[in-house]
Amino acid sequence: MKYKEVYLDNGATTKTDSKVLEVMKPWFCKNYGNSSSLHKKGIHSKETLEKSRSIIAKRINALPEEIIFTTGGSESNNLAIKGVAQIHKTGHIITSKIEHPSVIETCKFLRKQGFEITFLDVNKDGFINLKQLENSITKRTILVTIMHANNEIGTIQPIEKIGKLCKEKQVLFHTDAVQSFTKEKIDVKKANIDLMSLSAHKIHGPKGVGALYKKKSVNIEKQIHGGHQEQNLRAGTENIAGIVGFTKAVQLAKEEHIKKMTELRDMLISNIQQEIPDTKLNGSREKRLCNNVNISFKYVEGEGVLIHLDLKGIAVSTGSACSSQNLKPSHVLMAIGLRHDIAHGSLRFTLSRFTTKKDIDYVVKNLKEIIKNLRKISPLQKNYKYSVGVKDKSYW
Amino acid sequence: MYSKEVMKHFQEPHNMGEIKNPDGIGKVGNPMCGDLMEVYIKVKKNIITDIKVKTFGCVAAIATSSMITDLAKGKSLEEAKKITRDQVAKSLKGLPKIKMHCSNLAAEGLYKAIENYQKKTK
Ligand SMILES: Cc1ncc(COP(=O)(O)O)c(C=O)c1O
Repeated sequence: MKYKEVYLDNGATTKTDSKVLEVMKPWFCKNYGNSSSLHKKGIHSKETLEKSRSIIAKRINALPEEIIFTTGGSESNNLAIKGVAQIHKTGHIITSKIEHPSVIETCKFLRKQGFEITFLDVNKDGFINLKQLENSITKRTILVTIMHANNEIGTIQPIEKIGKLCKEKQVLFHTDAVQSFTKEKIDVKKANIDLMSLSAHKIHGPKGVGALYKKKSVNIEKQIHGGHQEQNLRAGTENIAGIVGFTKAVQLAKEEHIKKMTELRDMLISNIQQEIPDTKLNGSREKRLCNNVNISFKYVEGEGVLIHLDLKGIAVSTGSACSSQNLKPSHVLMAIGLRHDIAHGSLRFTLSRFTTKKDIDYVVKNLKEIIKNLRKISPLQKNYKYSVGVKDKSYW
Repeated sequence: MYSKEVMKHFQEPHNMGEIKNPDGIGKVGNPMCGDLMEVYIKVKKNIITDIKVKTFGCVAAIATSSMITDLAKGKSLEEAKKITRDQVAKSLKGLPKIKMHCSNLAAEGLYKAIENYQKKTK
């Protein structure tokens, strides 16, 4: 059989759309001006930079000057959270247990600096509890940072409700929208969002570029000192090629892609559930990112499945402890209360607009075979008692 | 990340499954990562004549399970007990550092199966 390549790890990163690459090309050897320069090349860069800013701002109903270009999601999260913290100098920050490491680690860093941090629990589907959030807000609270869509299990938080609550309580609201951007409609005004992180490489743009939306009235401390670029909030000569690519990627992302990905996602879920016994869908069935499928295959371990799939040309990811550098299962799967052995058998399939029905069929066919074979050699089976006393040090 | 030898054993592991009426069983779990292994042995005149293993674990866990059966089969109980995790890893042309505990699990599973047999026959 012909070797097929099926990439279902778009939550990790996506292929750069060739149309994106095309518009980036002139910005290396031809239009290489520094946007701060006063000559023609500089002005050309400046104009392009500002045009890009407007296009991205419009997509989320923001003003152009509310967009700060960065190197990606991680930097945007750092800039938002540390930026707010340093303006206030002291106080309380509320986040959740399922955030991306660039949020969790930043909060843990601030905790060491004397800030008080609350990590909100999530329920079995990965939702925070709005009542718990409301009860956690105190006079000292300076920021609530809750992600829009989770990168592992795809659960989409009710950001409009969170935004409304934060507005009522007069605390700032930051959301990490790296995974949801262009896959969910986002209106920063309607949702009362003060700060929002975006990244290009999750939407078929280049790696190493992203943005932070910051509401005009919100003050943050800059994190990279130097020149006066980006409203004097982020020093460094702008990555025009990257920004042009990011902008093109945003323009290429269409609503019809959401519909297509949703259909294929649902097909993948139902075909797996029909073809393979003893599985568990992780994350919400209803409020779920259009390209995310996260399923635990009981009695088997995820890394083994991943490598078998890889040998068939299929790229996915897993939350198994075996595949992580610290031998702990994913903190997200632990936060939704998965038993260790169920987390062990989790696989994440993340689709893109380039995914086809044929890809899905190929994956399910191979997966069925692989799971069957691995189950044959597993000591676990229905109704077993899993008795390994796994030492779980808390992550948060 | 994995050596060719590891991949070979992972893709087609040797002696997988269980033995009906085994002479010894060793069940071990890894409290670090949650992997599980069950080792079954048949013993005749102090020699391991048959060995089978069941594994719930990663590529390294499966490969080391397979390797331990190769190393133990045909050996006397005393010899088999001396198989170390380093020997398992070396026979697999190396394991990533973070996966060394997997080879520990395999050696421990074998050891426990032998102990189980020796206790029964004492
Ligand atoms: C939810 C979320 N936030 C932040 C990031 C980090 O983005 P970047 O890779 O652009 O730094 C990622 C991607 O890994 C992500 O999935």
